[in-house]
Amino acid sequence: MSKIVINIDGKEVETQEGEYLLNAARANDIFIPAICYLTRCSPTLACRICLVEADGKQVYACNAKAKDGMNITTSTENIQKERRAIMEVYDVNHPLQCGVCDQSGECELQNYTLEMGVDSQSYAIKDVDRSSHDWGHLHYDPGLCIVCERCVTACKDMIGDNSLKTIPRGGDKVADEFKAEMPKDAYAMWNKLSKSVIGLTNGTDVLDCTSCGECAAVCPVGALVDTHFMYKSNAWELKQIPATCGHCSAGCQISYDVKHTSIQNPQEKIYRVMNEWNYVSLCGAGRYGFDYQNATATKDEAAFKAAVEAFKKADTIAFTSTITNEEAFLLQKMKEKYGYKLVNPEAKAFQTFLKDYSEVSGKKLYSSDLERVHTTNFIVSIGSALKTDNPNARYALNNSLTVSKGAGIYFHPVKDPIIEGLAKSIMTVTHAPLQEEIALYLLLDLFGDKEKLPKDIVKYLASFHSEKTITVTETIKEKVVEKVVEKKVNKETGEEEEVEVEKTKMVPKKVKKEVVVDDNKLLTLLGADEKFMETLEKNLKKKETFALMVGPDLYNHPKSKNLARLVALVEKYTAFETVIIPSLTNTLGVSLICELDDARGEYTIGYNTDGDFTLSALGDGDLDMPAMNQQEGTLTSVNKRVNPTNVAIGYNGYELNDIANALGFEAQNVIDYTVELPTAAGFKAEAFDNLPNHYENDGTEMRGYVLENVAVKASDDESVEKFSDDKLEGCIIYLANPVRQFSSFTHKTTELDEQSGIYMSEEYLASSDFNEGDTVKVITESGSLTANIVSDNKIQGSIVVLPTFDKNLNSEALFSGYRFTVASIEKV
Amino acid sequence: MSLEAFNNRNVTEGDYFLCDIEDYPQDGWGKFKRVVKRTFRGELFVGLWVVMREMIRFDIHTIQYPQEKMPIGPRYRAVHQMKRLWESDTERCIGCGLCEKICISDCIRIDTRIDENSRKEVSEYTINLGRCIFCGYCAEVCPELAITHGGEYENASEQREHFLIYEDMLTPIDTMKAGKQLEFEGFGSITPHEDERVKKTPLAY
Repeated sequence: MSKIVINIDGKEVETQEGEYLLNAARANDIFIPAICYLTRCSPTLACRICLVEADGKQVYACNAKAKDGMNITTSTENIQKERRAIMEVYDVNHPLQCGVCDQSGECELQNYTLEMGVDSQSYAIKDVDRSSHDWGHLHYDPGLCIVCERCVTACKDMIGDNSLKTIPRGGDKVADEFKAEMPKDAYAMWNKLSKSVIGLTNGTDVLDCTSCGECAAVCPVGALVDTHFMYKSNAWELKQIPATCGHCSAGCQISYDVKHTSIQNPQEKIYRVMNEWNYVSLCGAGRYGFDYQNATATKDEAAFKAAVEAFKKADTIAFTSTITNEEAFLLQKMKEKYGYKLVNPEAKAFQTFLKDYSEVSGKKLYSSDLERVHTTNFIVSIGSALKTDNPNARYALNNSLTVSKGAGIYFHPVKDPIIEGLAKSIMTVTHAPLQEEIALYLLLDLFGDKEKLPKDIVKYLASFHSEKTITVTETIKEKVVEKVVEKKVNKETGEEEEVEVEKTKMVPKKVKKEVVVDDNKLLTLLGADEKFMETLEKNLKKKETFALMVGPDLYNHPKSKNLARLVALVEKYTAFETVIIPSLTNTLGVSLICELDDARGEYTIGYNTDGDFTLSALGDGDLDMPAMNQQEGTLTSVNKRVNPTNVAIGYNGYELNDIANALGFEAQNVIDYTVELPTAAGFKAEAFDNLPNHYENDGTEMRGYVLENVAVKASDDESVEKFSDDKLEGCIIYLANPVRQFSSFTHKTTELDEQSGIYMSEEYLASSDFNEGDTVKVITESGSLTANIVSDNKIQGSIVVLPTFDKNLNSEALFSGYRFTVASIEKV
Repeated sequence: MSLEAFNNRNVTEGDYFLCDIEDYPQDGWGKFKRVVKRTFRGELFVGLWVVMREMIRFDIHTIQYPQEKMPIGPRYRAVHQMKRLWESDTERCIGCGLCEKICISDCIRIDTRIDENSRKEVSEYTINLGRCIFCGYCAEVCPELAITHGGEYENASEQREHFLIYEDMLTPIDTMKAGKQLEFEGFGSITPHEDERVKKTPLAY
């Protein structure tokens, strides 16, 4: 794509070749009205209000692409007429209940009606019954719906659930007389509008999706609203607190909308979470998991004194990665001053993986990020339950598949109907656990530059190839000459007579043929289906950019070092760019800031984890700590970005900084440490108050800053071990959370009501003698637990999933590192 | 816009002039003379005479408040009232929250929720009369003519804050049933000839 110059309303504008006119205009602060268009998604062409004149021809700005030297007029007399007529049509039969509508004035229908100066109505159509629907966590009011299909577009092009579609409205046709008197586009738009409303694809009246609520966020009117927010508050009463979501490593931009709780209770309360939906999409946890604050904390002096004493006594601080960079840095400073051991097994595994990776790659961090994945054509995911480990990675994958004409391969032992349902161009390989190495070798084999790859790897890979002869049935067309008797009228006599005519026909014929093909044993080992190569070849057409996403399954893998080196080799010798998905919220930040130790000492302080003395933001420890929505600080995201987050809700207790100050540190606020974050690891010496948190009009992310990808000394040793033949078989359990859950914090929220228990797929439940609700005992080599079975239709296959979000379940105890393990399950 | 008018900060010129005020006495004797002069001016007795004259005449113009009260104009803005719908006797307030938004002394607060009929319901509503300046904006902005001003102007109370809740303001149901609800004619009420100014929306029925 090259830079070009176009002219919009007399203003010279520089943009990319092939960019949509609407985006070019928006990036340069030129206003073109548009309702149905969503940035990053494909144009819907439902509203037709973005009409502009390009080189004398009327086009829709949302789907017309910029060409060099184009002349664009955003408003002509005819376009004005069209736009006014369109807004009048939208206002036909729209209830005048703006006073109770939950959009409370943040309404694009209101805005554009006023913008176009609609002060009278010329059109009418008979209304149909449009009573509202309760879809579960969402409420749909077709009466208010303008069928811009933004919800459908977001669900399809960004989220990938494909849960919404347009269904017939069943009303009258637009009266023919309007065709003559109405502007053309307005009539066409009305014709379409009058035929449809929004409905669910599953045919029922209850949503069964990953419940992200993005459709309600993008709704320009109050038709789709979150059920929990219905009639709770007017938008204008809510104060928006710019923040960063603290549930996973995606670090999504969010704003907490806060207001006093009620007339009697002036305490601030979070009413909802909003986002810049044009540039960032949230998952269900980010959207609905907001009230996990430690509300009851007070300044308990006795507990604080005990905490300070405990710190004096302790030799270890154990913590989780749900922590800000500043607090992680503070812990590191404590370690340097008092010699604490810092223990965080999950971050340690990630840190080691990154280190092993950078030994070969020569960079401290991976090369790509999720923002780039959005526009990549070909994506491979290995070792991550994508939809639950990092929903944003899944959105990036889906966005690439649907909008960037991408394709991808998803390697994972747990069959995932959601991923399989994203698009036709996603190929899934359900391999056995422990076979992630083979998948990476396969990538090297399929995409590696064999001339540059180390010779022994090429040789190793070649050893899996053999030739085999298979019989294929091909359909070929054969020429057949037939003699047909036809009746013809003799021109001379005028009589009908039978004439024999020779006719040639092409007849398809099935031929069996023997062909010699390449047999790739790696594919057989992984259990890829027979047509894999054929489909891959088809999917690889016209692909230019490649991305590899690797996830948490690899970090605790018995051969994680080898896997890390393989990932680096894939990056080096193929066209793939890599994203290594951090396992928890700030795993990346912690692994860059802290020197972590392996084992605990004699006396441990647990920060949000168990210890001899526990500091807990969940409110169940020896001393209360603020939760993420009560803290200010920065979080390092998978996009290698240091994002600032602010205090949404007041906190009355002590925090880590108070303890540090009591121990001899001096910082008024914990954010005083932001400027001190280690520059050697890629951080910048930037004060917290200088960090922005917003998006520009052209979509530029102005949030915090991007970490510098510091170069490290790469070793010349590029050798990798051969893959091991181990694989887990039998009854396998997997440590992962269901959709919308990440940690004890999401579990604490009121809106996220996922049940704790043992998650089994519907398929597995049907084929085994377990039933939903049964109490079962799961036993592994490391331990056992007893819990109820929960049926989950978001997974398939026989692997049983154990969630980590419920602290009481203590499912981690069943695993020794690797996320999969063999278990026996029996009814109790 | 030219900023010249703002930049001239010399207020002694133009329309302004200094009052002709006698100089303040500087010494003790001067101050004493001023006290004597002001004390024995005799102005006090002018006022006393007026009172005395009216007392003797028994010609009293004042109203015997609180036994007697003056009628109040329909547009007078005193303590708020919540009106009911004539058609169904139900509350007019839809809980849109515009009064809360527009209130310039920030004395209105409203809590809403979804009721069992899936309609927006006002769960609680208060006006802090200690802060209310009776500007009438709430009544003017109300799209349903629900909140209006009434004639009740006696706000004496033992404390500065004086809260009014929804039930206090709502027209009692028996008054309503008796058809005695009074419409407010001040800010926010329908202006005469409104019908002629409305543009009619076409209907396809």
